[in-house]
Amino acid sequence: MTELFAYVLSGVTVGFIYTLVGLGFTVIYNSSGIINFSQGEFVMAGGMSTAFLLYAGLPLGVSFVLAILITSMIGIALMKLISFSKDGSQISLIILTLGFAIALRGLAQVIFDKQLHTIPSFVGEGSFEIYGATLSYQSLLIIVVSIIIVFALYEFFHKTKTGQAMMAASDNVDAARLMGINIKKILILNFAISAVIASIGGILLTPITSTNYEVGIMLGLKGFCAAIIGGLGHLFGAVAGGLILGILESLVAGYVSSEYKDAVAFVVLLAILFFMPGGIFGNLKAQRV
Amino acid sequence: MLKRYNINYQIVLLSFVLACLPFFFPNDFYYEIAILAILNAIICIGLNLLMGYAGQVSLGHGAFAGLGAYISVVLATNYEFSPMSSILISIIFMACFAFVISKPILKLKGHYLAMGTLGIGIIINIILNSEDEITGGADGMSVAEFSIFGYVFEESIQWYILCASLLVVIIWAFNNLIDSPFGRLLRSIHDSEKAAGSVGINVPHYKSYVFVISVIIATVAGSFYAFFSGYISPEEASFTHSIELVVMVVFGGLGRVYGAVFGAVILTVLPQLLTALEEYETLVFGGIIIFVMIFMPKGIASIWDYFMDKKDKEKSLVKN
Repeated sequence: MTELFAYVLSGVTVGFIYTLVGLGFTVIYNSSGIINFSQGEFVMAGGMSTAFLLYAGLPLGVSFVLAILITSMIGIALMKLISFSKDGSQISLIILTLGFAIALRGLAQVIFDKQLHTIPSFVGEGSFEIYGATLSYQSLLIIVVSIIIVFALYEFFHKTKTGQAMMAASDNVDAARLMGINIKKILILNFAISAVIASIGGILLTPITSTNYEVGIMLGLKGFCAAIIGGLGHLFGAVAGGLILGILESLVAGYVSSEYKDAVAFVVLLAILFFMPGGIFGNLKAQRV
Repeated sequence: MLKRYNINYQIVLLSFVLACLPFFFPNDFYYEIAILAILNAIICIGLNLLMGYAGQVSLGHGAFAGLGAYISVVLATNYEFSPMSSILISIIFMACFAFVISKPILKLKGHYLAMGTLGIGIIINIILNSEDEITGGADGMSVAEFSIFGYVFEESIQWYILCASLLVVIIWAFNNLIDSPFGRLLRSIHDSEKAAGSVGINVPHYKSYVFVISVIIATVAGSFYAFFSGYISPEEASFTHSIELVVMVVFGGLGRVYGAVFGAVILTVLPQLLTALEEYETLVFGGIIIFVMIFMPKGIASIWDYFMDKKDKEKSLVKN
């Protein structure tokens, strides 16, 4: 029983990271209809730049802020590139974001290196004991910060004027433009928010799993699985999808085989696509974002 | 009108170029790149049929090629089947496999289809990595030598001739296929599945048909590459390889026979040239993809259109 509980706990921790990546997908998808395959690289950029800013001798807090800023700049750069694109056909935009992901991995190799890097846990190395299972402070931090981000996003999209404008733009671009909403600004904001969420995920995860230039590939794909499992476009869908994936993965790694751990996300993804393509939240006529 | 066994000047030109190329190859390394480029081009032609003509994206074709190659290789190496019969068994298995998964997967559309095929691809890759008793795991395995009816393939030139002939045959078959009623039918599915269905075309049936054809082509090319290089690893079936193939097709130009070929050749040769840039290689490669997608979203084959359009305009000016 203790074992099971321990697996679930570690699954929840990872699950919230998938949630953060999935949320990043959701925000961009809702605003522009684009699936951003470089979302995982945003996560990598967040973790890697924090690690190297720390090496450069900057204090922890400054490194975080700078890393988040750098990643949001990368997000905005992607948006600019996409807006340059002559025809917006789905497949060429998918390839564009894939190319961007490759370029970011290449850039990380040049600026940083190919080694594994880690950053010290910023809330101390200690841990709690809950019913015999241990939960490190860092894991607790991941859970708390993720929950705060989810609710902050919800509040932002539903209560603030800018958030409402973004919702309107995702619903009907032309109508929103006629209402005097600056679509370009909205898109920039969306890509920046998405990158910020991803980079926070990267920074939070790095003390636990460490990071390198390739870490984004799997994280990005699993985050996307989380978003689809929950129902593409739903804020709480991404949360549910992320948690389901994280917990299942941890259980499979513990009880079945650690080799097939990575397959879990894709098996669940296929099951969802085949049997309930709208995702878990897809059938509810819930409001998007 | 359906022209039977249509052989045009393009095929003749292509055969001529392929026949002349070896005279410019100073060493075996050039053969290796040429063969890899040709085999990638063959996979891309099949993928192009699926993506450019039937309008169905697949982010799993690298994995299908890899799995097909593994089946051939394992049969030939561990169970001592003759190479040709093991490739044949692999083709039959992969065709059935493709047919079975095509039914649920091709019901999906857009991003969902992309993710579904990607998911299957990654699961295949993980299985190949994990079942190391059969596949040799992440280290890969060495492959038995290749022979056709006792004629052993040892020299690169033999492989080059085999692969180049296969490419010519496939392009010729492809040209005939897309000019046939079947080709028109595919394009009607691409333009509008609903409209195609309403005039009595069994859309799901033809979509899985094309999917199976493209997987068979990938299986053959993948198997040839494994036998040629004498070694196979799960890298062949990786997500990266699948992505590379899709990028090749789109980079060259969706829905164009020679687009896929040019895309495959350029994106196979380019990384070899870029190795001179050492650590900047990946960055520049990504940059080139972004550049082409921004300025030539219809692929590099659209350069051809640009010049043809210009010519047409000049002609019409003269007439007026």
